[in-house]
Amino acid sequence: MAIHVKNLNYYYGDFPALKNITFSVATGNFFIIIGPNGSGKTTLLKVVAGILKSQTDQLEILNRPVDHYSRKALARAIAFVPQMIPVDFPFSVTEIVLMGRSPYLGMLGLEQEKDLEIAKQALIFTGVDHLAHRKLDQLSGGEQQRVFVAKAICQEPEIILLDEPTASLDLAHQVRLMDLMEKLKNERGITVVMVSHDVNLAAMYGDRLLLLNKGEIVRLGDPKEVLTFQTLEQVYGCTLLVDESPLGKTPRVTPVPRKYMNIDRQEE
Amino acid sequence: MKPKTPLLLKRLSVISLSLLLVLLIAMFLGISMGSTTSGIKVVFQSLFKAKESDPMLDTIIWQIRFPRVLLATLVGAALSLGGLVFQALLRNPLAEPYILGISGGSAIGAIIGILIGFSKFPGVSLTAFAGSIAILLLILVMSSGQTILKKDALLLSGVMVNAFCAAVIMFLVSMTQDSRLHNIIFWLMGDLSMVDIGHVGILAAILCPCFILIFWFSNSMNLLLMGKEMAQTMGVNIKTVTVILLVATSFMVSATVSYCGLVGFVGLVVPHLLRLVFGPDHRVLVPACVLGGGAYLVFCDILARVLPEQGEMPAGVITAMIGAPLFIFLLKKTRR
Repeated sequence: MAIHVKNLNYYYGDFPALKNITFSVATGNFFIIIGPNGSGKTTLLKVVAGILKSQTDQLEILNRPVDHYSRKALARAIAFVPQMIPVDFPFSVTEIVLMGRSPYLGMLGLEQEKDLEIAKQALIFTGVDHLAHRKLDQLSGGEQQRVFVAKAICQEPEIILLDEPTASLDLAHQVRLMDLMEKLKNERGITVVMVSHDVNLAAMYGDRLLLLNKGEIVRLGDPKEVLTFQTLEQVYGCTLLVDESPLGKTPRVTPVPRKYMNIDRQEE
Repeated sequence: MKPKTPLLLKRLSVISLSLLLVLLIAMFLGISMGSTTSGIKVVFQSLFKAKESDPMLDTIIWQIRFPRVLLATLVGAALSLGGLVFQALLRNPLAEPYILGISGGSAIGAIIGILIGFSKFPGVSLTAFAGSIAILLLILVMSSGQTILKKDALLLSGVMVNAFCAAVIMFLVSMTQDSRLHNIIFWLMGDLSMVDIGHVGILAAILCPCFILIFWFSNSMNLLLMGKEMAQTMGVNIKTVTVILLVATSFMVSATVSYCGLVGFVGLVVPHLLRLVFGPDHRVLVPACVLGGGAYLVFCDILARVLPEQGEMPAGVITAMIGAPLFIFLLKKTRR
């Protein structure tokens, strides 16, 4: 088991952000957490990443309680790709990716030949090796996102966590990023856990989905089990059309604009 | 595979050696120049005891200019490093002890210490330290509300803190007839002239451990630039690192303030120039700031001594005249 969470609660002050969450992520799975705004998706991801500390801690990473890890040991097991990284300082792409090695190095993070090679491989894997010497702030949002994925790969983790990585990307970059994560899962056996707003991407790529609402688990299962018309309408509170994607046997979700709704209903 | 030499060390030693050379040149010029400019050759002779040299010149060089140049080196190094650390911790390239008001806080503390009648060390240094920590806490409390971490808000709060500190300082100065405050206005502008070698020794003993400590955390500063959350998931213990760096930096800044008053903008100019040349890696920038910052303030002090027809001006005048325009330029650039 890559991740095991049992009866997890998390409070912001008195406000319960996560209530009694229990689930497991199998090793080598593509696991996607979905849910409306404010449902606690990102909070859950940050608890798993070790950024937020749950008051009732029952979290196991790779079958070991998270308390048994030092910070560096945890960094060797889990890499985290946050939503937005502000780049006020002109680091080069190589410098950023090399920082992924610091959990393996001493206090000063003195890289050796070997670390440079790992960084180069990570850049090739994510398809941004041609940008190696560019400054990060000269790159587009999609390229920056891939650089940070390369940094995460350079960290050689067992698990990669991503917080809405496709949120600000155009369609082509969205699919490229999701394909990349799938390749990472298939070729390197890395467990991928992602928070996403996009239920359709989640349906096409996720092995298992976790649907959160108001800090509680609504559904957990494969895309077909989770993305049902009844569940989604209840959780998102709007009219939806759920049918089968023309690409395969995964569900497709279409929000229905008001103008397409039954006119009789409006006249009532 | 080749022997395992870390890649960084080679680059670091090349950069350090070249900056050390610049610093040594600056120090030599600093010792040579002054009201009794006496020719570089003569100074050389005095420095290396080559020939029987003029005892009068010996005194000027060893009792006055040499301690002064050493003081400028130490203060420049400490202030540059202070700026670098604040820029990393607040993730704001415009942060600097003087601009944030930390220096102003230690100046208040130092003046109170002088009025109570403490000696320069440890008394005045400690009250200066207390003043800088008070301002630091104020800034941290304000910035914990997230909004103020934005560039403009942080700068605005710095302007207000500085205005307040200046008012308190003038209040204290006006309320007392104390002769010890005779030179206070000069001192406030950053004056390097009143120093003996003993003071320089004490200051070096305070600052050098801080330099080493900050270098030890230089890679953590790199990781912190990617955001607190990212740094945490890469093995950095954020709270410990932040507290140690802030306390060490405030300690350095208050020590320099209690010896030579407010020298502004050094922590802005030097890290910015070095970052342009060597890139943003703090493992390079920390030693570079120590050496380059030292050289920068020595040069500024030379200007402060040479430019006036009679007497001299405080070095802080020069650093502010260079630094403030650069600050405005940077502010405009980062707004884009």
